[in-house]
Amino acid sequence: MDVVSQILEKSAQEAEKYKPITVEKHLELEIDLGTLLAVDTNEFDTNLLKRNADDYFLKLTRDNTQLLINQLWELPTEKVDEAIMVRLPTPKTLLPRMKPVPRPRPLTKWQKFANEKGIQKKKKSKLSWDEQLQKWIPMYGFKRAKADSTKNWVLEVPQNVDPYEDQFAKKTVAKSENVAKNELQRLRNIAKAKKVKVPRAGVTNPEVSSAKDLQAAVTVAKASTASLGKFQDNLPKEKKAKGVAPITPGVSRKRKLPPASGEHEKKENLNIVDSILNKRPKLDIEKAISKQIQHTSENSSSSSKGIGQRLQSREKQNRSKLAKKPKSGNGIRKGGKKGAGGRKRR
Amino acid sequence: MKRLSEERIKVLFEKLAKYIGPNIKLLIERPDGLYCFREQKDRVYYISENILKLANTIQSENLVSAGTCFGKFTKTGKFRLHITALNYLAPYAQCKLWLKPAAEQQFLYGNNVSKAGLGRISENCEKYQGVLVYSMSDLPLGFGVAAKSTAECKLADPLAAICFHQADIGEYIRSEEDLL
Repeated sequence: MDVVSQILEKSAQEAEKYKPITVEKHLELEIDLGTLLAVDTNEFDTNLLKRNADDYFLKLTRDNTQLLINQLWELPTEKVDEAIMVRLPTPKTLLPRMKPVPRPRPLTKWQKFANEKGIQKKKKSKLSWDEQLQKWIPMYGFKRAKADSTKNWVLEVPQNVDPYEDQFAKKTVAKSENVAKNELQRLRNIAKAKKVKVPRAGVTNPEVSSAKDLQAAVTVAKASTASLGKFQDNLPKEKKAKGVAPITPGVSRKRKLPPASGEHEKKENLNIVDSILNKRPKLDIEKAISKQIQHTSENSSSSSKGIGQRLQSREKQNRSKLAKKPKSGNGIRKGGKKGAGGRKRR
Repeated sequence: MKRLSEERIKVLFEKLAKYIGPNIKLLIERPDGLYCFREQKDRVYYISENILKLANTIQSENLVSAGTCFGKFTKTGKFRLHITALNYLAPYAQCKLWLKPAAEQQFLYGNNVSKAGLGRISENCEKYQGVLVYSMSDLPLGFGVAAKSTAECKLADPLAAICFHQADIGEYIRSEEDLL
């Protein structure tokens, strides 16, 4: 008996050292076992808090941790290498990420265009059946190259080209140019994505460049004389390219006209108006005819007899007036030049 | 707001001269103060110097409109008059055209004026001259381009177009968002 009581006493002492595993709470804790998180929404005991805050917090934390661990023990346990393991459920709490969300990759020019037009990428099979070789040929790779070389052992010379031109060389050049162009476009896409300014390439190839490029080239080339293109003639209706000021010699970019006083500007404007209004009128045949019609109709309304005759006679007059004025010296040899007179004698 | 370049101001005045001829001078020289033409996003505004000073305090990208919009420069460099210019053009018009009441609606819906709808037309109107279009009660309705001279009008058949439509006051409703 003595031994029993002793053991009981000892165990009671030991139990006193440890606090109980049951904790009473007014409101239950919100526990997320996946992240081992417990949230206590109960109010603080203000009396205890005032008396000894540290002690109180220590106790509170212990109790809450106890509750969390109680929950842990409710999960199915397994034994691995003599250690008790618990598989935690998936966390419910969403934690904010450490790094910013990565930006979507900027679209290439083609992708952007395809999106706008609704063009979708078609999946092509990697192999295709070749009727001529009776073989499955891959889309790319050494087997494709081999197949191409065996297939195209002869090339037709088009009718309108130089017969001595090497068609095979032409094909390889075209291919390499295409590759170079693709590479250039790839680099351009990268530069665009990183917002790097790329210097203009100028006119690359007359077969590739657009009308706009050619116009720019003409504008720049015309200005590239010793007199900065001052004496270059313009074609009728020729337009100057826009946006080439930085590469055109002798052109300073004018962004805004300098501020002028109102009076000065008014005077300038009036000068322009005068120059427009005082333009020598062109001989407008339409206008002349319409005036003529008006005139005749007025006349006819005053005297309605013989309109047709009068019109005809007027038109005749007109025609004779509209004909070219004879110029002096037409048909007559000009004098003054020595030895020009007379017929050629042998 | 920026000043118009010399080329542009020439284009603008040439267009205005088609409608009001030498009366452009009256628009520039006004007794009630200085008025000028300014450009903002390819649109031309007729604005008094006093308002211009206030408008200059606003950043150009934030400024929607100031003064009266006369029209806009197209991408090809031509000038197109807007209906908002009507109030300034109507008093100085050189060539006028009056519409019969039945033809008014047709014109206000953006159609050309046919001979049948022509009520009256001023004398000595030339072909392809700018024309101000009025209702019979002398209310300016819009403007157009004479398709035929006055003399030719008399001989034209009733369905022939007399005046090509350019702008009309119906646009205030029809194309409200394009006007500015």
